Amino acid sequence: MTLIAITAESSSLDAPVDPRFGRAAGFALVDSEAEGMTWLSNAAAATMSGGAGIHAAETIAKAGARVLLTGRVGPKAQSALAAAGIAVEEDCAGMTVREAVSRYTAKPAKAERRP
Amino acid sequence: MIVAIASGKGGTGKTLVTAALAEVWPRPLVAVDLDVEAPNLHLFLHPRLSPPEDAVIEVPVADPARCTACGACVALCQYKAIALFGDFPTVFPDMCHGCGGCLKVCPSGALTPGSRVLGEIMDGRAGAIGFLMGRLRIGEALSPPLIRQVKARLAEGLAKTAGRVDALIDSPPGTSCPAVAAVSGADVVVLVTEPTPFGLHDLKLARHAFAALGVPVGVVINRAGTGERRVYDYCRASGLPILAEIPFERAIAAAYSRGETAIGVSPGLRDIFDVLAKTIRGLVVSVKERTAAHA
Repeated sequence: MTLIAITAESSSLDAPVDPRFGRAAGFALVDSEAEGMTWLSNAAAATMSGGAGIHAAETIAKAGARVLLTGRVGPKAQSALAAAGIAVEEDCAGMTVREAVSRYTAKPAKAERRP
Repeated sequence: MIVAIASGKGGTGKTLVTAALAEVWPRPLVAVDLDVEAPNLHLFLHPRLSPPEDAVIEVPVADPARCTACGACVALCQYKAIALFGDFPTVFPDMCHGCGGCLKVCPSGALTPGSRVLGEIMDGRAGAIGFLMGRLRIGEALSPPLIRQVKARLAEGLAKTAGRVDALIDSPPGTSCPAVAAVSGADVVVLVTEPTPFGLHDLKLARHAFAALGVPVGVVINRAGTGERRVYDYCRASGLPILAEIPFERAIAAAYSRGETAIGVSPGLRDIFDVLAKTIRGLVVSVKERTAAHA
């Protein structure tokens, strides 16, 4: 299995993908081989003046995510995610969490790319 | 005597006032540009500058081989400059404020001091005037450490002359850390404003921020004749002396655009800055005399 983290505006598979990474509302964690999702709130980021991207990378790395689906990742978050060995797929803005996951699982080898 | 020329609002004329004052101020004088994010005083004083010297801040360098992943540095750092992914420490030098705390708490010697370039410091001379400036590196977020390093250089220079040299400081705009870092330690603060609602709003902020420094504060109203009277009313009501008014004249803007100070525009303007220089010196001297009388 691969644990996928998707930035989401709320805790639902039908919620829109949050285009932000560091300051996303939260992360939907989805197992590539199982149903359902776990929700990780990212509310703490709202009060951070800086370092939200690094913090978010730590959060999803601790949760065991190996893949991140999101809108756009900033340069510092990108190096953090690279250090954590998490593959990133950007350009998921405008999709729901479910759609982003389907697109990823349909063509993982092609969609995956390391920053 | 150190004179800080500051403002709440940007674009009110700090550099115009600093450059013109520098021309009429008694020598010996050093003019200092501490608006390190956008230094421009040199464009008006035309100093001959030394080659730039890098100003650096201490940041940690991690050695993964010695790191035990204890997390002490990560827990200490308030700026997310160090993260642990698995057993590997990752340093984000851009986030580091240079406090050195992580180096102190690391029990395994995995962190050693490295450096990040903040910007550069240049000194020089513009005729009889000494000149000092800092320029922040593009992309650098922290200007206060660079401002403090330029000020340390100024203090070294002033100490050698036993107080004979005055300094005019062109400060960054606003009332946040860079402005406070530039203005603190001055003997007098000159707030440049304009008679507009924006000028008034930010003058209030600046007055509250800089009153805490406990040194005399006065106001220069630039672009006088435009806008409204509320800045004047506010100064009167809050006991802020208006040290000078600079008229709103196209010729001043034209001279400024050519890199010339306002002094050359007309004899009237030279008089305004002559009087301003004397008034500022008077403010400081009267405070010193009062302090001496109390002692």
